Amino acid sequence: MRLCKRPLRIWGGLAVVAAVFLMAGPRMLGAAPSDKNADAAPGRQLARSAVSAPGARWTTADHSKFEALQKDFAKPEEVTAACLSCHQMAGDQIQHTAHWTWICPDCGDGKSMGKYGKTINNFCIAVPSNEPRCTSCHIGYGWKDKKFDFADKNRIDCLVCHDTTHTYEKFPTKAGYPVTEPTLFPEDGKTYLPPDYKKITAKVGRPDRLNCGACHFYGGGGDGVKHGDLDSSMGMPKKSLDVHMDAEGLNFTCQRCHTTKEHQIAGRLYTSPAAPERISLTEADLASKIACESCHGQKPHKNNAKANDHVDKVACQSCHIPEFARVLPTKMSWDWSTAGQMNAEGKPFKKPGPYGKPSYDTKKGDFVWEKNVEPVYYWFNGAMSNMLVTDKVDPSKMLSLNHPAGSATDGKSRIMPFKRHTGKQPFDPVNATLVIPHLFGPKDSDAYWANYDWKRAIASGMKYVDLPFSGEVGFVETEYFFPITHMVAPKEQVVACDACHSVEGRLKGLPGVYVPGRDVHAGVTMVGWGAVAAAVLAVIAHGVGRMVASSRRKGQ
Amino acid sequence: MSTQGNGKFYLYTRYERFWHWFQAALIIALIATGFEVHGSFTLLGYKRAVTVHSALGITWLVAFAFFVFWVATTGEWKQYVPTTKKMFEVMRYYGYGIFQGQPHPCPKTPEAKHNPLQRLTYLALAAALLPFMMLTGLLYWLYNDWAALGLGGLGLSTVAVAHLLGAFAILVFLVVHVYMTTTGHTPLAHVKAMCTGWEDAEDGKPEDWEKRTA
Repeated sequence: MRLCKRPLRIWGGLAVVAAVFLMAGPRMLGAAPSDKNADAAPGRQLARSAVSAPGARWTTADHSKFEALQKDFAKPEEVTAACLSCHQMAGDQIQHTAHWTWICPDCGDGKSMGKYGKTINNFCIAVPSNEPRCTSCHIGYGWKDKKFDFADKNRIDCLVCHDTTHTYEKFPTKAGYPVTEPTLFPEDGKTYLPPDYKKITAKVGRPDRLNCGACHFYGGGGDGVKHGDLDSSMGMPKKSLDVHMDAEGLNFTCQRCHTTKEHQIAGRLYTSPAAPERISLTEADLASKIACESCHGQKPHKNNAKANDHVDKVACQSCHIPEFARVLPTKMSWDWSTAGQMNAEGKPFKKPGPYGKPSYDTKKGDFVWEKNVEPVYYWFNGAMSNMLVTDKVDPSKMLSLNHPAGSATDGKSRIMPFKRHTGKQPFDPVNATLVIPHLFGPKDSDAYWANYDWKRAIASGMKYVDLPFSGEVGFVETEYFFPITHMVAPKEQVVACDACHSVEGRLKGLPGVYVPGRDVHAGVTMVGWGAVAAAVLAVIAHGVGRMVASSRRKGQ
Repeated sequence: MSTQGNGKFYLYTRYERFWHWFQAALIIALIATGFEVHGSFTLLGYKRAVTVHSALGITWLVAFAFFVFWVATTGEWKQYVPTTKKMFEVMRYYGYGIFQGQPHPCPKTPEAKHNPLQRLTYLALAAALLPFMMLTGLLYWLYNDWAALGLGGLGLSTVAVAHLLGAFAILVFLVVHVYMTTTGHTPLAHVKAMCTGWEDAEDGKPEDWEKRTA
């Protein structure tokens, strides 16, 4: 039998042709292994040379030699005065930042958006009436109540950001002041030491990750509570945790991306995007570097055209941050409604939970901590919409205290990963508003942590901000979102295609986009397979008919 | 076209046979990877399925251009001109006569390799369904350039569902086509012919209008 023998030669020849087609360029295959041109990305090169060129991180001043600093500072305000005696414009610059006012100046009426405005969260809920505790993370001294003098330049805390010795610490409950003598903070069992101002001022410099992290790693009152992508593991991260901040590699400081001009730091995120335009440094070399595209450009994947096809709809973070809280756990849920229980001795207590974190605390209620958390995904135009404490709420629904803004159709939004923190927190069922409780205060005050009485605490907090409170307390379910943008993983750990391109994948339920492999056109697919099945049945019936007919004919 | 003394005649040229099997392999591989991308099953893994599907699709497109050139320059296109003559007889044969052991109303001859039903089917396939799949596939592949191509109003969902419908049509064709190969005088006769090029001669002569005249 000559079956299929003669054309072998042709087969060989044409196999070569096919192979040529198959290898015809990376556009077609999308996964050529060569990566040697990756470093040639011009924006990346610019960014890299800014720190690696000889003498790139220069300074023209040795602060240990300044006359203004040759004294024994008794109070931190004296240090500030000394700083401002040379840096005359710094005070005014600082006082125009959200770091100082805790208000977003160009959001809404310029008074409501921000920690010290009318926004609320589902952690410790709000700052007003709780200042001395919360303002341990303020870049100032003495913000203990609403009478704080925001115009007093000497109240600016220069050191918390510019101390490079990392010995300077603010005490957790002293309204932003460091201690004057060694003091134990019972809650974390740590003794805080008075700063050695002379040593610290001699070595002031640009902030590094630990300066920013002193507050931003501990938002919500503890390590990793709030963000999920910012915790103390990001102080000196390994490459596996963050490819850019890798302490033994690129070693980016926060300001490498959070471009800073006159103490204004790019990245604030309320009603306007942190980066209104996505341009790269090759287009404008003094542009903010806050976006990935600033350095990586619009076609970031050198050898994967299919991946570049995604950049119109998918933010870089969605694939490159497969999980957050990869080293330390983060708080995922906080139920205030169970707070206030006492142990057998009638005392407040904490119940230890997983990861060495409490799962219950009399002061705060029940917690859920998680590690290696898969984000949730939303359309995001770079801004968040925030609920205000004055907004009317429907307690039958889960309330979004903030929510990613944007949609599939606005032409600006992309799919972005978020941490979703859920909670149950007090509200006023009569007025149908959320409430600000007075949590922190001395033993004889109305503070919740002094007497565990919600009504007194809320009445006190609402009076403090001049808002009505009916006297009734209910609890309502809430959610709060954080964009996930730090903890960029090495490319080997990128989110796999089918994590989203599948029916039960990460993008399940995300509207406004056709995702191949997720959106299967179930009706069409059913009709299609029905037609195929009908064809198979028809040919089987026809074949059986032929066989039966043929054997009958033979039998005749 | 030559005939051998042993009742065989040379029907399919070397290129034609290669093209048939090459395209068959491409289409089967495209169906397999395509339905994996559609989420019907997991075989290569999503990423590799996409990569292979795209590469095969472009390969098919380029190879198809050679086929069009071949059809146009050799006069083979005449074998694809549709007709209704004898169509009913052929349909009656597959629906009835074949069970009675009756001869095929339009047996293959060197001059006329397609019966009227085949003419219509293959014309629909080569001129409509396959180009439709290439076009929708190419659009799908060029998704990010739609705005630049002036196709900004197009939706990925529309293109995807069109491509999917075409895929099911090809799959239905494939099922019937493979079955029809068994309807020769032996079950493997047609497959054998498509491999060697030599078809066993059967009785009957084509009418003049059926003959290809180069």
